[in-house]
Order: sequence, then C-alpha cells, then structure tokens
Amino acid sequence: MIYLKLIWSYLKIGLFGFGGGYAMLALIEREIVGPGWISEQMFTDIVAISQMTPGPIGINSATYIGYVAPGQYDPSLASPLWGLLGSVICTLVVVLPSFVLVAYTSHLIARHKDSVVIKGIFAGLRPVVVGLIASAALLLMNGENFGTDTYHLGWSVFICLISFLAVYLTKIHPIFVIIAAGVMGLIIY
Amino acid sequence: MTCENRNDRGLLPRLFLTFFKIGAFTFGGGWAMISIIEKEIVDKHRWIDRGEFLDLLAVAQSLPGILAVNISVAVGDRLRGMKGSVWAALGTILPSFMIILAIAVFLTPDLIKSNPVVSRIFMGIRPAVVALIVAPVISSARAAKISWRTIAIPVVTALLIWSKWPVVSNPILYIVLGGAGGYLWYTRHNYAKAAGGRKGERK
Repeated sequence: MIYLKLIWSYLKIGLFGFGGGYAMLALIEREIVGPGWISEQMFTDIVAISQMTPGPIGINSATYIGYVAPGQYDPSLASPLWGLLGSVICTLVVVLPSFVLVAYTSHLIARHKDSVVIKGIFAGLRPVVVGLIASAALLLMNGENFGTDTYHLGWSVFICLISFLAVYLTKIHPIFVIIAAGVMGLIIY
Repeated sequence: MTCENRNDRGLLPRLFLTFFKIGAFTFGGGWAMISIIEKEIVDKHRWIDRGEFLDLLAVAQSLPGILAVNISVAVGDRLRGMKGSVWAALGTILPSFMIILAIAVFLTPDLIKSNPVVSRIFMGIRPAVVALIVAPVISSARAAKISWRTIAIPVVTALLIWSKWPVVSNPILYIVLGGAGGYLWYTRHNYAKAAGGRKGERK
C-alpha cells in the first residue's frame, strides 16, 4: 500500500530533517526517489516548482510528491482524488514529528538551550548538514537532469555554472534564476 | 499600532490569518519567513516580545522539521497551548498546500514529458536547480565554520550518501553519528576544561 509506505518515509523525513529544506532533500531523495516512486527528473522539477511558489520548500515538495507518487506507483491511482489523499497525508506527516516535539519539548529545550548536551549535538550536526546539502547537489547532477548527448550536456553545464554565479555573486532571487533558465531552455532546445 | 491582548477571544482566528498571510506571500521559506514572522508577531501584533521570540526561535531551530512550521507551532503554543499550535501551523501550511495542489493538478509528470514547450522549459531549469543547491553548500559551510580540520566530515558524508551503497548511503546514519559525535566530543572537551580549571596548571 503506497500510502502506508509514504507515511513511513515522510515520518523519517520529518523526524531526521535537521538543517532546513535543502538538507531535507537528501532524505527525500533517499526515501522517495530511491524506491522509484517518482523519477529523478520529476524530483528536480518539483524542487524547482517548490522554489518558485511561496511557502517552505519542505511543505511544497511534500504536497507535490504526495500528489504525484500514488499515480506513478500504481497507474490506477492516477486520479486527482487519490493524488489529493497523498498530498494531505505527506503534508501532515512531514510536520507531525516536529509538531509533537515542539509542542511537548519546547519548554525543556528553552530551559536547557545553553546546556553542553544540546550545544554538543548541534556542533556535531552542523558539518553533517553541509554534507547532506552537498550530497543532494551531487545526486541531482545526473544524466536525467543534465542530458547524455553532447549538445544537451554542454548547455546544461553552462546553465548550471551561470546560475551558480548569478545566485552566489549577485544575490539575485532564485525565482528569477529559474525563470531565466526556463527561457534559455525554450530557446536552446 | 495597539498592543493586542493575548486573552482576546478572537486571537485564534487572527493567529491563523497572520500565519496564512505569511505563508501565502513569502517566497523562499526558512529564514525569509522568520524575519517576516518576527515583524508580524513581535512588532505589529505585539503578541510576544523580542526576547521571548528569540528563545522560541532557538527551540524551533534545534528541533528537526520545517523551520517556519516549527516557529509557528512554538508561537501558537506560547499564546494558546495546543489549540494555538494547531491554528498557527495550519495557517502556515495551507497556502503552500493549496497553491501546490492547484499546480500539481495541471503540471503532471506526463504533461512535462509530452508537451514540447513545457519539456524544453524544464530541460533548461533542471541544471539551474542543481546550481541553487550548490550555493547553500558554500554558505552553510561558512556558517558551520568548516576548517581544514573538519572538512573531512561534510566531504565523506556527501560522497558516501552519493555512492548509493547499502547502509552507508543512508543520510539518517550521519545525522545520528553527527549528533552523537558532537555530544561526546563536547562533553569530553568541557569536562577536560573543567577538570583542568580545578587542578590549576595541569592541562
């Protein structure tokens, strides 16, 4: 049952999703793309759409993945109603672990926020989160996203490089970078 | 600008609407949302003072999950307990949910593949998405103060997850190891310091 599998996967994503949306991508890649519930390409497209729409990327991607995954898993579930059910499930489940933790442990953590235990755990998590984000970037640098023929691959590397420079050097908002890349795709291909 | 009463009966719907508005109009999630939440909650509605907000932010940050949802749950909890948490969280989540649902109904995997215009647009977008994830690698490495001594941690983590080998490619493994390792290192370090302090000159 795809819905139970989605619940189990999104519970893990919500519970271990430290370090923000981009670090969460590594977990989603492992839990959702790994078993083939959505393709590498669709995952990348969902990340792009999640960045272009308002709201947190973790919520946006959960809603979208929940809508698409049932139909990709079993074509007989490819209807708006089954998709809606998946969206509701994934969106609620991804926030469930942190909801419970914030509601029940916030007083405890607020009191001990300067404790050695909490400081130590976060000192250890910080470099790992950098690695998680880097792994998400590495995993997405694949043939499905960059193309396999020379023409497609060449342009992809070019778009990737100038997009990186644009975001890194000029502080242009990512939305405009995605729009510009889409326009380039339309012209080039 | 009036100071709104925390015990006001209309607080729950206003809490919901405030977070709904923030969720509907803030692009980029995470920190972009935090600064707007702070403005609305602390400066405009004055439901919580700045010091209290920063305490809640520290909690929201140290727990897993989506930062904007965590802070809304924490603010709602502080104002109205469990009911407040639920209303505030729903306010943050609903705009995203509805917008994405409206897009997902039309922009299906089949359409992206088969429509020539849409598929060309996404061929251009995909490599840009990768670039947008590389940029935070660098900024988060800076924020984490990664040095030549600690650079092995993110590099090994990233490469092993990327390898897709069984067991060692699971990101959860590194989150658990990182937290446990940090805890052990920090406690040892601090005990050594404390012990050194007590014994005077020795170490």
